Amino acid sequence: MEVTQVLFNAQSIDGTVRKNAEESLKQFQEQNLPGFLLSLSGELANEEKPIETRKLAGLILKNALDAKEQHRKFELVQRWLLLDATAKSQIKACLLQTLSSPVFDARSTTSQVIAKVAGIELPQKQWPELIGSLLSNVHQIPAHAKQATLETLGYLCEEVSPDVIDQDQVNKILTAVVQGMSASEGNIDVRLAATRALYNALGFAQANFSNDMERDYIMRVVCEATLSPEVRIRQAAFECLVSISSTYYEKLTPYIQDIFNITSKAVREDEEPVALQAIEFWSSICDEEIDILEEYGGEFTGDSDEPCFYFIKKALPALVPMLLETLLKQEEDQDQDEGAWNIAMAGGTCLGLVARTVGDDIVPLVVPFVEENITKPEWRQREAATYAFGSILDGPSPEKLIPLVNVALTFMLSALTKDPNSQVKDTTAWALGRIFEFLLGSAVDLPIITQANCQQIVTVLLQSMKDTPNVAEKACGALYFLAQGYEGEGESSPLTPFFQEIVQSLLTVTHREDVGDSRLRTAAYETLNEVVRCSTIETAPLVLQLVAVIMMELHNTLESQKLSSDEREKQSELQGLLCGCLQVIIQKLGSSETTKYAFMQYADQIMGLFLRVFACRSATVHEEAMLAIGALAYAIGADFAKYMPEFYRYLEMGLQNFEEYQVCAVTVGVVGDISRALEEKIVPYCDGIMTQLLKNLSSNQLHRSVKPPIFSCFGDIALAVEEYFEKYLMWAMSALQSAADLSTHIAGDDELVEYTNSLRNGILEAYSGIFQGFKNSPKTQLLIPYAPHILQFLDGIYMEKDMDDMVMKTAIGVLGDLADTLGNHASSMIQQSVSSKDFLNECLSSEDLLVKESAQWAKLAISRAISV
Amino acid sequence: MAPHDIRRPFKRAAISDQQKRRELSLLRQAQNRRDAQQQARCLASSILSLQSAAPESQPEQSDIELETVPEAEQESEAFSKDLDVRQASKLRGPEVRKWFARQLMLPEWMIDVPDRLAQDWYVFARPAGKRCFVVSSNGTTVSRQRNGSILHHFPSALPAGAKIRDGSGSAQSYCILDCIFHELDQTYYVIDMVCWNGYSLYDCTAEFRFYWLNSKLEESGACNAPSHYHKFRFSAVPVYNCDQSGLHAAYTGVVPYAKDGLLFYNKHALYQTGNTPLALVWKDENCSQFVIDTDGKGEIPSQQQVVLELQDDRKLVTSDDPPVLFGCLDGDIIEKSGLHTGNLLRFAIGDGGLSFVDGKLEKADLIYLGKSNRARAFADSYSKGFQLKSL
Repeated sequence: MEVTQVLFNAQSIDGTVRKNAEESLKQFQEQNLPGFLLSLSGELANEEKPIETRKLAGLILKNALDAKEQHRKFELVQRWLLLDATAKSQIKACLLQTLSSPVFDARSTTSQVIAKVAGIELPQKQWPELIGSLLSNVHQIPAHAKQATLETLGYLCEEVSPDVIDQDQVNKILTAVVQGMSASEGNIDVRLAATRALYNALGFAQANFSNDMERDYIMRVVCEATLSPEVRIRQAAFECLVSISSTYYEKLTPYIQDIFNITSKAVREDEEPVALQAIEFWSSICDEEIDILEEYGGEFTGDSDEPCFYFIKKALPALVPMLLETLLKQEEDQDQDEGAWNIAMAGGTCLGLVARTVGDDIVPLVVPFVEENITKPEWRQREAATYAFGSILDGPSPEKLIPLVNVALTFMLSALTKDPNSQVKDTTAWALGRIFEFLLGSAVDLPIITQANCQQIVTVLLQSMKDTPNVAEKACGALYFLAQGYEGEGESSPLTPFFQEIVQSLLTVTHREDVGDSRLRTAAYETLNEVVRCSTIETAPLVLQLVAVIMMELHNTLESQKLSSDEREKQSELQGLLCGCLQVIIQKLGSSETTKYAFMQYADQIMGLFLRVFACRSATVHEEAMLAIGALAYAIGADFAKYMPEFYRYLEMGLQNFEEYQVCAVTVGVVGDISRALEEKIVPYCDGIMTQLLKNLSSNQLHRSVKPPIFSCFGDIALAVEEYFEKYLMWAMSALQSAADLSTHIAGDDELVEYTNSLRNGILEAYSGIFQGFKNSPKTQLLIPYAPHILQFLDGIYMEKDMDDMVMKTAIGVLGDLADTLGNHASSMIQQSVSSKDFLNECLSSEDLLVKESAQWAKLAISRAISV
Repeated sequence: MAPHDIRRPFKRAAISDQQKRRELSLLRQAQNRRDAQQQARCLASSILSLQSAAPESQPEQSDIELETVPEAEQESEAFSKDLDVRQASKLRGPEVRKWFARQLMLPEWMIDVPDRLAQDWYVFARPAGKRCFVVSSNGTTVSRQRNGSILHHFPSALPAGAKIRDGSGSAQSYCILDCIFHELDQTYYVIDMVCWNGYSLYDCTAEFRFYWLNSKLEESGACNAPSHYHKFRFSAVPVYNCDQSGLHAAYTGVVPYAKDGLLFYNKHALYQTGNTPLALVWKDENCSQFVIDTDGKGEIPSQQQVVLELQDDRKLVTSDDPPVLFGCLDGDIIEKSGLHTGNLLRFAIGDGGLSFVDGKLEKADLIYLGKSNRARAFADSYSKGFQLKSL
């Protein structure tokens, strides 16, 4: 096969030619994978071939080794590993050779392909000579080969995890990279490649950062690179500093003064991409210190694992003025551009983080700036002053802030309606929202909102909803937090008198002609949701009236015919907002007996609308409609059975949606709602549901986060259908058992531990539901054979010592359920288990009340099982 | 390698409302799942069997014959703290009384002012009347006094307290309230909430229990005037923080009931059965008409009395845990009066009174009066003796 021609054709503007070429490439790949990969790598290596085909050959090679979807990636990796060894070594030789090609694009693509191969092979202890041969390249004369090699090392560090490469090789990589960065390297491209490579290699440098001399050297080279005449190198060097600030926070003390000088010079004088990174360094330090100080807050011992060095607190007097200066560098109309990110925005964000880090100390440093600028004729100064004020509202104590807010509030309310500049109004509305978000309902004696100004606040916000879309959106946001501030007010809220007016204004906003592409409509519905969530019983009749209004809106979306794909997307989005709103209303009205009964009159109509929303699409279900149906099932209870014949197929469709796994997860949750609502009436649908759930569990295409809820759902179903679950017992138990085995011996990062705990929780909830479902049934003895494994599982997770309180609670509850249901059949097994002694005692003395409660239940159940 | 994106959210809330909706749904589902499980594990059925147990009407002689505590009894003692109503349902006669007596949280007498009184404690005026447990379950309500005897058996508006179809209360739900029945206005004053609608509040702090009590009791309609399905009115008592104004309000404030001292509850204390230093009682003539013991006819006996328990080595102890030794009984009195270990004996405090050294009882001048009323389930506590002395 003449691969060059096919690769050419694959880039043709003629669709048919392109399609044919793609088809033949696909066939080639399927029929002869080694041949396919060999000819691609040959094409890539061949200096005679045109750049376009070489580049595409590299790209296809890369895609033959990696994919976004986990299951596809796994497949590709397996195929590569099974490939003939001779072919693989030929391909790898081609790749290494191409690294010294004089053609930039060929080198650049190759370095990515090599990294992909390394990502597969190094963890398998294959291709051991790779790093050695790359490092020998670094000492070659042609600068372009050196550049490509450093780039390859950078990609390689991105692909493989640090534990795969031994320390000796890490040292050599770092030495090569840092040498490439240093000022003695004359070639700019080499320096840039080395600096970018260091960014990825930093994660490998744990040992080197613990050594004072090596760390000093690396830090010196990075700091020098921030002064390079080449802007891309300066930017890459600051990126390294940002990464170091989070990875090696605890090593920064000796360098922080120098870094402050470098960053503040960059923020004031350098080009924007560099200045943004320099600001990001301080934002990142804030992130670190906020995390550490939050840890401290949790306990009083003071000697947490991670010490806080209070870099922000110490830099404060110089840092705050620097950030305040950036606020004056706004771009015109930045608020109307969703993608905008500039130095004023970065500086303002950083100022907010600094306030959260240091609290009260920031107030005296910012207040003079606000006072000086807030009344200036130049809009930039007023906007900057307002932004500065808004950004320090989260962090300092209410005692410190409320007197200031009480002074500022009247001014801000007036600015929101009267300031001639739209950006100032936008920021004012945002800052008002921050006041309500962080300072309402605080325990301080001085209230911000009084009977006297409540009316004015509401009036101003509602008026601003008629302003330009971006200002109106922020006004909605402010109202959102105003409503939230009065959540749980009991009988009456200060907003009660305005409820009708607020709802009316929000509905008007949703119908604005210019609502178009902005987030305004979404913001209006979200605010409406929050207003409903936080409403009190006094306004329940008005919420009930809203049901018919929203239903009508939803009905209208269903009437439009023959939509373009763009319109269809808009329609679906609006339906999502309306279903979301109905969900909130259903949950609100369903939570109290009196309002629930009044709401029931609409149940049939609402369900009818939801079914029509589902019918708008052919293959997928609407997530928001599904969520709303869950709330409806909970409110209606057993009567929901009448909707099942029609609803069932959408339920099944939702469970089959692997692509949008959120939809699948939401649907699994709804199955739980329906089980609890229908109880034994769900039996006719169980075969279908259980089959699909078991299928989902065995699929490697489904996002793993959906699997724990599926197990919990087994428990919900078992509890609902009781001994009828016998039909599925064997299958469910075997799925549970293999998942249980997987979830005991794990070692990994926090994320994996968290996932494992959620998996365990799901498994345990399933066991609980099954045991309780079979209680008092003559078929209890069916469960006896599973008991030893379950007890072993409980013992196993107890021994691993990495469970969270949630798992602890569910696990000890399962022990109780097992004892309760199996009684004396299990007494000797239980007595032999570690769980019934050490684990139980540990839970009984737990600080967590839910754990303790479950443990007491277990103790009681065990004592009865043993005594019988 | 392209530069890395460092854009952060600007003027945006941290989570979207859609995410909030998802999370709230998940929370609701988790809560519903917990409810369903809780119901399956629920203890209501046992509460039910307890009500038919303990035939209070028939007089029993057994408590004098009651010998050393049998082993099974000790086991049930160990479980009693966990509201083991199943165990309790098997008990009969005097055991029922003992069991119930142990389920109540009993205040110690206040003999010194706790640290951080103003911050950590509540105070309220204790209604005068009969301390009892009110249990509503399966359409009926039963009140039992400290000694286990039934005071009333009646329908009430408490969840599961009357046989009316309201659709909401599941058959499994039940309530246990710690009350004082006030004769004069025939009202149950609820001083603590132990279980509500199937949920145990044993492990909740007083702060939470009182909050729950105030919001839920009113909501249930139990505070309404009596009606066909609601024979007695329930009422919460006004609870104050122990600061100066709160103390003043509790001490002098007008309440619809006759006061019997002040009760102090530590805000962080869980509902602990038996005597606890985390609940305290204070009485003086201003806030109680029963500042000192009265006899059956309401007359003040010439000498103050204490009830102590006789142990097998002739020692006399209080109901505290561990018991405090108040003295020893002569062997011949025991023989003459046919007393047994575990008997509760009434003593008058003689002119010698009680003398304390460093807060410890050194000497007590006790005069044996006889066996205590057999409806009594346990001895007085040490702190009562202490407060008597200080009067």
